[in-house]
This record gives sequence, structure tokens and C-alpha cells, in this order.
Amino acid sequence: MSLGAYVDGIGVFGPGLPDWGTAAQVLRGAGAYSPTPTELPAPSILPVAERRRTGRVVRLALAVAVEAVRGAELDPAQLPSVFASSGGDGANCHEICSALAESAREMSPTRFTNSVHNLVAGYWSIAVGAMRPSQTLCAYDASFAAGLLEALVGVATEREPTLLVAYDAPYPHPLHAARPLAAEFGVALVLAPRRGVRSLARIEATIATGEAPALDDARLEALRRGVPAARSLPLLAALASLAGEEPRVTSVEYLDAAALRVEVRACA
Amino acid sequence: MDRRHCPPLVLASFTATSDIGIGNAATLASLRSKHCGLRPCDFDDVEVPTWIGAVDAAETQPLPPQWRRYDCRNNRLAELALRQDGLLERVRAAADRYGPRRVGVFLGTSTSGILETERAYRRREPADGRLPADFDYRGTHNAFSTVDYLRRRCGLEGPAATVCAACASSAKAFAVARRMIDAGIVDAALVGGVDSLCLTTLYGFHSLQLLAPAACRPFDAARDGLSIGEAAAFALLERAPSSLDSDAVLLLGTGESSDAHHMSTPHPDGLGARIAIERALGDARLDAGAIDYVNLHGTGTPSNDRAESRAVRATCGSAVPCSSTKGATGHTLGAAGALEAVLSSLCLGAGLLPAGLGTVQVDAALGVNYLTDNRTAPLRRVLSNSFGFGGANCCLVLGTAG
Repeated sequence: MSLGAYVDGIGVFGPGLPDWGTAAQVLRGAGAYSPTPTELPAPSILPVAERRRTGRVVRLALAVAVEAVRGAELDPAQLPSVFASSGGDGANCHEICSALAESAREMSPTRFTNSVHNLVAGYWSIAVGAMRPSQTLCAYDASFAAGLLEALVGVATEREPTLLVAYDAPYPHPLHAARPLAAEFGVALVLAPRRGVRSLARIEATIATGEAPALDDARLEALRRGVPAARSLPLLAALASLAGEEPRVTSVEYLDAAALRVEVRACA
Repeated sequence: MDRRHCPPLVLASFTATSDIGIGNAATLASLRSKHCGLRPCDFDDVEVPTWIGAVDAAETQPLPPQWRRYDCRNNRLAELALRQDGLLERVRAAADRYGPRRVGVFLGTSTSGILETERAYRRREPADGRLPADFDYRGTHNAFSTVDYLRRRCGLEGPAATVCAACASSAKAFAVARRMIDAGIVDAALVGGVDSLCLTTLYGFHSLQLLAPAACRPFDAARDGLSIGEAAAFALLERAPSSLDSDAVLLLGTGESSDAHHMSTPHPDGLGARIAIERALGDARLDAGAIDYVNLHGTGTPSNDRAESRAVRATCGSAVPCSSTKGATGHTLGAAGALEAVLSSLCLGAGLLPAGLGTVQVDAALGVNYLTDNRTAPLRRVLSNSFGFGGANCCLVLGTAG
């Protein structure tokens, strides 16, 4: 059973990877990878009142979503969306648990509102005016593959372009020791049922067993292993390296021994 | 190309555990006797002037020893519910029949086992602020914890995810599973929701001034907020076979939307809710007139109930009987959608339109036919509404096969 879609837009953000163009060069091996601290763009699509309330994880997710939707040249208000994250806003969670451990237990209403795992979906829908269905999924380290599967199922059953956004940011101390994430990383794909003028590639995914391939560059591999959203890197590397008609086959880590095997073809 | 029509699925097995009952028989008896499970808040050392719907047996329910890392109130509640009404056996039988890789798990939660983290933060190492060594983030706090636990507990290896859409989470879990079955990725799915009491939600809703000081009174003219409850509710979803008992319960349609309005306040006209109801009816290929009863989201806050009443009036009219079972169970947050789907399924089987408990004077301004007493009548089609923070909306249409 395979699920297919066209990739119409891509957004990436991570250490030393400020956008898909830079990431594609690095993943092709055309540029050296240097995981330097990278500045997140301001969440300019949010109304000012909401902008003040958002933390880094929201900015990270919105940045990659904006980049992917711009690439696809689609109206974001019309897109159903799938968000995937292992942990939501970890810094916000830390503040809440710290406050609840004090005798006064003073909870900020904004912090509580931002404690929901689907906060990015909420801010995104407000920012772009999207009233379309939206999912937010968590599958621990398999969150990216779970999101990709859900988005591909959505494309297959609803037959319309869908936005997939996966993102993770590290928890602060002391939760970081219990759940160490290596860096902030976000990825977004616009997946479409039909080939369009913006289509970059066709992907076909099947659920398989076996390990996802390690990346050649040790620092990229550390990023892949260190952040659930960065489990997408083998797929991004295949998308970055397409040439001619030959498909590339790769896989992304899923649950336990499972992987999503993905065949990627260029839309020349 | 249009959206593909998805054939109905059968709830081959279902069960609910909440403050009004552990398992279906006790739950239905409570609905019939109009038993309210809410009581003044005595959870942990919480000092919030409100009432709660607690499942006391969740605190002492053991997990099988090999799954000790998952031990927390949320997973104990899941385990307690899993043992009722033969659900565990039915799920394992489905794994045998279809193969473990062909059975998925999709559950909703809002706070998972965050209570463990809240408690761990009270036991931080004074010298360096470290969390205690026995704290297991993955087994308890992470949103995937209960799905991870139940996959292993039931021997399932199919696709799985936790659906996180705040108070619409476990209604959406039904929609996610339905698409997975429709796309042919799985043959069956364990769906549902589990959410348990914790400090984050009690103090959080208190900070938003959304908690009622006593038991909640949804759709009452004097309603003054919600009561928080906890629950676990599950269903085993499969494709409906060609012949079914007439009292079998089907998932006929799901409808989802986003408010795109505000993170914690619904669209004032219930616009997002209206779209979700319309999509659910369209998915079920039913006219609104076919709906015999609406199980409302009905949290009991002034703005939520007002927005929902407008959405219900605009889609189903003002005559359709409706009520909120949250008057009995409290708002079980991420478990509410699944709990209310199972309560609706029990009502379909019993021909019961359940009273909305706690409500004395229905708010006439809301203009809906709100039931304050039980009614017995043949029931074939039920709409169940769930709406959550972030503007997440999901409505389910359930019905009998006959």
C-alpha cells in the first residue's frame, strides 16, 4: 500500500540551515555544513497581539510553514494542515511546572493557553485565516513520520493540497536532561494530489521495516539523531539531490522497527 | 476531484470510564438515574474553589509489572478502562485477525502524564535543580506515552499517534483513524481519549476565570464556568461488514474545522463549529433533520455555550433535542470527544436522550431544545460536538445500523 503526493513547497530551519535553499546545497554536498547559531525570522504574519505571546517554537514552525507555502504559491488560508511535534513549547512547560512547584502556584493565563500541544496550529490558523481542518500529532521520536503519513493520507482521501509542518525545540534545564533534544529544527512540505507548475518532486511512501540510512556528514547525522523533526533529513537529502529521471529511494524513521520508505522522483 | 466518500465504520467494541462509572453498565445506569459524579475539589493539595469529576480507582490501578516505566495516573486510568467490557480481548482478537501491523492506535489527550512532571518539579535537587532520577519523561509526560503504552500492552504494531487538539483531541482521533482505514493503511484502529486530573489544568482554567465555583451548569441562564473531570474512553473501529446487528453502532461521519479566531475563545457566532457540523453531516450524507439528538460540547462557560448554540441553531435548528453530559462528568478535556462518543453510543443502544444535569433554568436566549430530564425514545442518529483551544473543532455523527 503506497501513498503518493507531489512536493510543491519546502521550508527548513535548523542550526546553520536558515532556509531550504541553503539546506539543499548542504544536503547535496555542495556546501560544507556548519551548525552555527542561526537567527529565527520574526513571526511577521502574526497579529501584533499574538506575536507578543509566542515563544521560539511557534516562530520556528511558522517560519518553515511560510517558506513552504510561498514556494508552492498557494493561498495558506485554503490549506488543510498537519503539525507534528514531540513536545510542544518546552520553555513554556518549564515555566508552568516551576510556578506550580512554588507555594503561591501563580499561573499565567497566557502560559496556560500556550501549554496546549496544538498551539502552533492555533497561531497558524489565526495568522493566515485558515478555517480548514488541522491536525497536531505526537509520536515521540517518530513524530515526523507520523505527520508525513497523516498528511499523505489526507492528500489521498481529501484530494487537495495539504501543509505538513514538523518542529521541535529543546527543553530548558532541568527537563532537558530527561529529554535531551540537540537543537531547534523545523521542516514544512506542501504536498499536493496533482502535479502543478510548482511541483518539485513526486514522492511515494510505504510502511516498511528497517533502519533509516545514516547521513554521510557526521554533524548532519547528529542533528538527525538529536531532533525528532530532523528525522526528515534523509527525505530532504533525496529531494535536494534529484537529477534526471532516476528515482531516489530513502527512508525516515517511524515507530520501533518500522520506517517510511520513500521513493522520490524529480518533476523535470 | 472531490473528496472521496468514506463508507461507515462500526464501533466493534467500546467502553467508557469516568466519574459516573467504570465501564459501560455502571455508566449507563448513572445516565438513567441522572447521577452526577462531580464533587468539591479534593485533588492532591490543590486549593482551587471548584468541583471535579474524579475517578478515584485510577490512583490505585496497577499496570502490569513489565510496563512499569509507563506508571502514572493517566496510564493507570487508561489501564482501568482497557480492562472493562472485554475491550482488551477484542483489540487483541483484532490483532490476531488482521495482523498486529494492520491495527492502528490513535488517542487524544491534552495533558497526558504531566502530573508526574509537576510532582518531579517539587522534588528538584536543591543543589543544582535536577529532576529526581526516577522521573521518566518518555513513559509518563510525553503526549505519546499512553499510545506507546497501549500499543505494547495490546501487542499492536500498526501506525499510531497521539492526536493533540486540546479539548477536541479524542473526537479528532476518530477522524484520523477513519481516514487511515479509508486509505487502506490499517484494517482496524483502537481509538479514544485519556485525560487525567493535574495541577496545570486546574490552576490554568482557574487563571482564565473559567471554572465554576460549584458543579457546572451547561446552558443554564446562570452558568458560570466549567468543572474539570477525567476519563478514559475507547472504541475499536473497523470497516462495517455487510450484515450487522441492528443495534450495532456506526461512525457515519466526521467533520473538522479551525476557528482561526482566538487561542482560547470560540468564534462568537460559532462559525468554526458550524463548518464542522456541516462537514460531519455532509460526510455522513445526512440532512440535519435526520439528527435525533445532539450531545453538545456544552462546557458551561457563558461564551462557549453561546457560540455553540448559534452553530447548532444555524445547522440543526432549534427543535432538535440536545444536552451536555458534562453536567455529570465534568469537562474531561482531551478525553471528552471519545467519552461523549461512547456515551452517545450507549444512548443509541438504550434509546435514551440523557438529561443535562446541573442545569435548572435553561438560558432562553440560547434558543435550543435543551433537555433537563431524561427522555426515552427511539434514537438512530446522534451528533456529538467537541471544540478546543487553538480553535480546533470536530463533530462526529454516530448511528445505529438498523
